[in-house]
Amino acid sequence: MNSFPHKHLLGTERLSARDLNTVLDLGDRFGEIAKRPIKKVPTLRGKTVVNLFLEASTRTRTSFEIAAKRLSADAINISGASSSTMKGETLVDTARNIDAMSPDVVVLRHAQAGAAHLLSQRIRAAVVNGGDGAHEHPTQALLDCSTIRAHKGRIAGLVVAICGDIAHSRVARSNIFALATLGAKVRVAGPRTLLPVGLSELGVAVYDRIEPALEGADVVMMLRIQKERFGAPLFPNTREYSRYFGLNERRLALAAPDAIVMHPGPINRGVEIDPAVIEGPRAVILDQVARGVAIRMAVLYLLAGGGGESGVE
Amino acid sequence: MAARAGWSEVPESSRRPVASRDGPFLVDGAGGSFYGRGDLNLCLRGGRVIDPARNVDSEADLLLQDGRVSRIEWGIAAALPPDTRILDVRGLWVTPGLIDLHAHLREPGQEYKEDIASGTRSAAAGGFTAVCAMPNTVPPNDCRAVTDLIVARARAAGFSRVYPIGAVSKGQKGEELAEIGEMKDSGIVAVSDDGRPVMNAELLRRAMEYARTFGLPLIQHCEDLALSQGGAMNEGLVSTRAGIRAQPASAESSMVARDIEICAMTGARYHVAHVSTAESVGLVREAKRRGLPVTCEVTPHHLTLTDEACAGYDTHAKCNPPLRTGADQAALREGLRDGTIDAIATDHAPHSSIEKDVEFEQAAFGMIGFETAVPLSLELVRAGVLSPSQLVALLSNRPAAVLGLPGGTLGPGELGDVTVIDPDVDWTVEPSLLFSRSRNTPFGGHRMLGRAVLTIVAGKVIFAEEKRFV
Repeated sequence: MNSFPHKHLLGTERLSARDLNTVLDLGDRFGEIAKRPIKKVPTLRGKTVVNLFLEASTRTRTSFEIAAKRLSADAINISGASSSTMKGETLVDTARNIDAMSPDVVVLRHAQAGAAHLLSQRIRAAVVNGGDGAHEHPTQALLDCSTIRAHKGRIAGLVVAICGDIAHSRVARSNIFALATLGAKVRVAGPRTLLPVGLSELGVAVYDRIEPALEGADVVMMLRIQKERFGAPLFPNTREYSRYFGLNERRLALAAPDAIVMHPGPINRGVEIDPAVIEGPRAVILDQVARGVAIRMAVLYLLAGGGGESGVE
Repeated sequence: MAARAGWSEVPESSRRPVASRDGPFLVDGAGGSFYGRGDLNLCLRGGRVIDPARNVDSEADLLLQDGRVSRIEWGIAAALPPDTRILDVRGLWVTPGLIDLHAHLREPGQEYKEDIASGTRSAAAGGFTAVCAMPNTVPPNDCRAVTDLIVARARAAGFSRVYPIGAVSKGQKGEELAEIGEMKDSGIVAVSDDGRPVMNAELLRRAMEYARTFGLPLIQHCEDLALSQGGAMNEGLVSTRAGIRAQPASAESSMVARDIEICAMTGARYHVAHVSTAESVGLVREAKRRGLPVTCEVTPHHLTLTDEACAGYDTHAKCNPPLRTGADQAALREGLRDGTIDAIATDHAPHSSIEKDVEFEQAAFGMIGFETAVPLSLELVRAGVLSPSQLVALLSNRPAAVLGLPGGTLGPGELGDVTVIDPDVDWTVEPSLLFSRSRNTPFGGHRMLGRAVLTIVAGKVIFAEEKRFV
């Protein structure tokens, strides 16, 4: 029955196309629950999901919480401000204490790369990486893939342009790995100060201006500038950034006529993306959020389900 | 590995000397390390004596008397003075006592990681008869009171010799000069703000001039802190995949380039600690060609690991300078082969689980290195990069020459510091069985070939592998 041969979900880098499709297919089925009048199935009744969010998050934490509750799991939220890490406890100690209370899944959001790996080596519960520094955010990439597949009918062969702060983006990394595995042609674009070294060796085409990356793209994915993750100035100011690297309707016209526009949020309106594009017909940004719940239900089910009925056809 | 299994049953305290060094005694009952009698003559019989400084590589007997090398020739074991302990070292390498230019012994101030006794015991077990202690202790070794304490503790411990290195600046803050003259009188052999590069070029100039006044070399940890931004690993494909904040190779080489120019201006002896990039090796090669008094060292881990070791967020592989790429490693090996690099030095940097059992970016830099240095270095001989004699030189007479230290050769009348190496013994690193107080090595579980099996300081055995010599 176990169609997902991983105990933890730490990233998309080591997932096969089969693994990715397993989650996407199940996510499509779980998406149906949101349309029911009673949005709840008993699938994970008696299971405990701890959302350990040691870095600020609204969307992802809420999404995991709703996903757990729709599966009837008990969801406990621990946020950075209320946690004992503020009192000097190490991550490993915090996690071991939580683990002693026998949760089935711990979802970790953390400001440092590798935190979810560390946790997975120290606790019995399944670990879901809810975003670790600039490393990975696998459920975001999965929900992005789900959104692309729903709107385009496929992923293989599509041209996907990921634009903006690639260097500090875990969303970019998880999407690069997942989309490449699923056969998309990935382009990344941003000023050279926001492009990490070695990107081209990951099998993506690298551009330092966004216009050529947008040319004929089927999917445009804009990223927020993660100012909180860098110390040195990497561009003069948001005004100039917006002028050369922001997505507006004029630039979007370079993409394929039926291109979709995505953004993992939070959006900085008028910086990386013009309000007219956000409100325009190409934007699928809120659909991404909706699909996030279904994808996280699929992930929780695969890691905590223990082989029971999914509650959907 | 089986031959060292007995160590684990011996409490650390029982391995310490329990009486003065004058009397003959075994340090522990498990047949491990022991002290020889100070007044006993020692003859190492039938080993392969490798003494690069005198261009010797042949089988011979070695007689140590009164703490010094007395005779070294074939067949003296037959006509020895009475009261001579004979140790059979056939099939083993007999080398000058190994000298480590770069170690952190953590005393004073961080004895929970290591102290001078535990550190020099680990050094002895790794084959080092002398280690240079970096000054980034708490407080730093920036005045003679601290230097005196280090010298006294090392003498009381009685394992490897310790040569303190003094700070360049007060508090290693990079603002004003430390009391270098007085520290020299107390025994420092060089100055360095290791771990904290001297960023201010004017201060570096004055420090070089002042150090030269007292005949001391200046050792620099080369890292432009503005460029490195505190990056936790080497910037490259691996850091990009892992999402770890990283420092570029140019953070090191740009400071090497600047320093070489200031060295040229001041005429001071300048030593680059732990070179790690291809560009740095090239800059040192060029400086030597210009005839400048520039030297450099490399660590065993930079010679044998790459940044791939950080891919799984193993904090034991986090060190500074960071592990670099395969191309850098190849350049380091070439630098050893062609003589650009003067020494292999461990950068032994003990840390406890408090500093290492945390998120990668939060973890402290550094790994322990004394007890794995010889086997890792021997990989270069097996890989055909170095001859046995070249390797021994990089661990003995050449580091001695860098800092003007005694020893490093086995000529008659020289210091009776000797290391015996079994180049072929097959063992597996079990961190809990190492002698350091800390266990932060990325080589846990790695199979090693070769090891120091007997370490002699001033004619006295300070470490012997159990069962082999007892």
